[in-house]
Amino acid sequence: MRPSKFSNFIFNRNVQGTFYQAITLSLVILGVYYIVQNTAENMMARGLASGFHFLGVESQFDIGMTLIEYSPTSTYFDAFIVGLLNTLLVAGIGIFFATIVGFAFGIMRLSSNWLIAKIAETYIEVIRNIPLLLQIFFWYFAVLRALPKPKQSIEFVDSVFLNNRGLFLPDPNFGEGSSVIFYLFWITIIISISIFIWSKRRQNRTGITFPAFYVSAALIVGVFFAALTATGFPVSFDIPELKGFNYKGGMRLIPELVALTFALSMYTAAFIAEVVRAGIMAVSKGQTEAARSVGLKEGLVLRLIIIPQALRVIVPPLTNQYLNLTKNSSLAAAIAYPDLVLVFAGTALMQTGQAIEIIGMVMGVYLFLSLFTSIIMNLFNRIMKVGER
Amino acid sequence: MNNIKNAILGLFCSVLMVPAAYAGTLDTVKDQGFFNCGVSQGVPGFSNPDENGNWSGIDVDVCRAVSAAIFGDADKVKYVPLTAKERFTALQAGEIDVLSRNTTWTLSRDAQIGLEFAGVNFYDGQGFMVRKDSGITSAMELDGASVCTNLGTTTELNMADFFRANSMAYEPVVFEKADEVVNAYDEGRCDTYTTDKSGLAAQRTKLADPDAHVVLPETISKEPLGPVVREGDGDWADVVRWSLNAMIEAEEFGLTNSNVKTTCAMTSNPVVARLCGKEGGTGAGLNLGDSWSYDIVSKVGNYGDVYEKHVGENTPVGLARAGSPNASYKNGGVLYAPPAR
Ligand SMILES: N[C@@H](CCC(=O)N[C@@H](CS)C(=O)NCC(=O)O)C(=O)O
Repeated sequence: MRPSKFSNFIFNRNVQGTFYQAITLSLVILGVYYIVQNTAENMMARGLASGFHFLGVESQFDIGMTLIEYSPTSTYFDAFIVGLLNTLLVAGIGIFFATIVGFAFGIMRLSSNWLIAKIAETYIEVIRNIPLLLQIFFWYFAVLRALPKPKQSIEFVDSVFLNNRGLFLPDPNFGEGSSVIFYLFWITIIISISIFIWSKRRQNRTGITFPAFYVSAALIVGVFFAALTATGFPVSFDIPELKGFNYKGGMRLIPELVALTFALSMYTAAFIAEVVRAGIMAVSKGQTEAARSVGLKEGLVLRLIIIPQALRVIVPPLTNQYLNLTKNSSLAAAIAYPDLVLVFAGTALMQTGQAIEIIGMVMGVYLFLSLFTSIIMNLFNRIMKVGER
Repeated sequence: MNNIKNAILGLFCSVLMVPAAYAGTLDTVKDQGFFNCGVSQGVPGFSNPDENGNWSGIDVDVCRAVSAAIFGDADKVKYVPLTAKERFTALQAGEIDVLSRNTTWTLSRDAQIGLEFAGVNFYDGQGFMVRKDSGITSAMELDGASVCTNLGTTTELNMADFFRANSMAYEPVVFEKADEVVNAYDEGRCDTYTTDKSGLAAQRTKLADPDAHVVLPETISKEPLGPVVREGDGDWADVVRWSLNAMIEAEEFGLTNSNVKTTCAMTSNPVVARLCGKEGGTGAGLNLGDSWSYDIVSKVGNYGDVYEKHVGENTPVGLARAGSPNASYKNGGVLYAPPAR
């Protein structure tokens, strides 16, 4: 019996695949519809407010640390931005330090020096096995306990003050003429980059090396100070001053920020160290031996041969660690650091009761941050990828 | 991240399981033989666990009164400790049936968040505590201070109002858990700790050296604290509301925990007879037995009994009742119960 056209159609793989996909999709849509419908009905029944109207209403509360202008007459949307910036700040600083410390410990752990390797191993094992929240509390209360009251602040050269309310630094004010310095600064940076590219090209062509790093460093610093002197130091400093309860003026790092970034960096560094170790170990020994046999010094072997190859293995899990750090920063609420979760999913949610809208926005932010980090890291990965030889 | 996870869980529960949870609470409670009462994580005198995990305090006694009214037994209650931030979600999600946790009755909570307040069991106001050695004697001297307090409270809003109204600067330091607030203040992170004055009196007992601190005289807000239920279940709200009213009215008519047996046996006062469950059949309307109010007074006590036992002058919390709004209206306070008839 020959199969009919119809059964041909029915048993076609592609057709079946499309059919099942269509069914799944409609079930998902129905499900979402049901949830939305049900939610709206239940919220009505319980007198819950809904919609995004609240974002334009005055928040009526204060926030301890704000990177933009903010007061109780600012809107809930402003509060959202304040929280978001505070989260980004912690994540940015945390990622910076976690990377440096993590790479250091990862490399130390592979050291042939027994003591150094042991120290790194102990650090990694201890830190990874203590819950992060406990570490945050530990550092926060350790910091608070160790530091003196404002009146007994630790001082450095009469302009930097440290007490249990934070670290107070002079705040630079840029007066007339300082824009010249900025322009010159950026110009020297561009020149330095050109020097790097040029020296690299020349080295590839002729094999002659050029101390690009020292030359550009000297250029940037030299021009900067020359410009400063020439314009007659147009920079003044706002020095913190003890007034009433605390220091006023200047720049301030609050202890919550310090404790949180410290705990997050130290914790994530332990994981990054393992990632780095795995990456380095994935580079075959032959590479090291070959590099040594052509007479490269140890530091150069690491910098030119091992790390570039190891990075290919390191970057994907490293991205993951960056994302973890960003998400873990939401533990901030425990020690009163006003991040997005504390300010918006905490205070704002409690005052408006609009849980669905607020949690939705906060989840959206974390989702966006995750995707964004992934995209950057994928780009980086593509650039770093060594071509197959 | 856990915070978010909890919030999402709570949301989904509240979104999907509502039809079961929000009507007919009384029937459900009767069927299962107990109910869940949301309390604080430990505020001495209000809701506080002992070493064995037994809860006590005036907020706890509201739940015990409800239990006595329904079951004739004050201990058919499961206590669920909650932070200020968690409390409303827990109620909406059906995790608890009554929230009795120094919660202030405000318009937005009543009208916007889907809550129903069942009365007031403590009239309070917000105050400030400072170290004695700071030399501060008035809240008006707090310009520039760092202020420690709890997340998700009316306190956060009141302090913003207060400092703005008086053109003073301050730094809010806001923690999710009350213990962290107390710790941070004790470690010197803040110059002052602000919350309801009752809360200050209670939390002060947790400080390393309670006598080194003083509560400033100013009261910067009204904080009527009381039990809360989900909006949309009027029958259940009635049971909670009248359990509290019965405690207050019993005191107005001299019916106490120690004399209730003898007084009820020989009373000729019709109001007292109704409270004793001997006349008037007051239980029917509430779907309770007629002895509901008698059980409250005999198993838990009247408002005065409960007040003196947990927060009165002879307790560590030490809040004098005479001359405060929490005195009965008969003694110049504002405590006044509608008649249970
Ligand atoms: N009455 C205020 C504040 C209530 C509040 O949370 N007070 C704190 C300070 S006494 C508290 O109860 N903490 C105890 C806890 O979180 O367990 C409100 O309803 O928002």
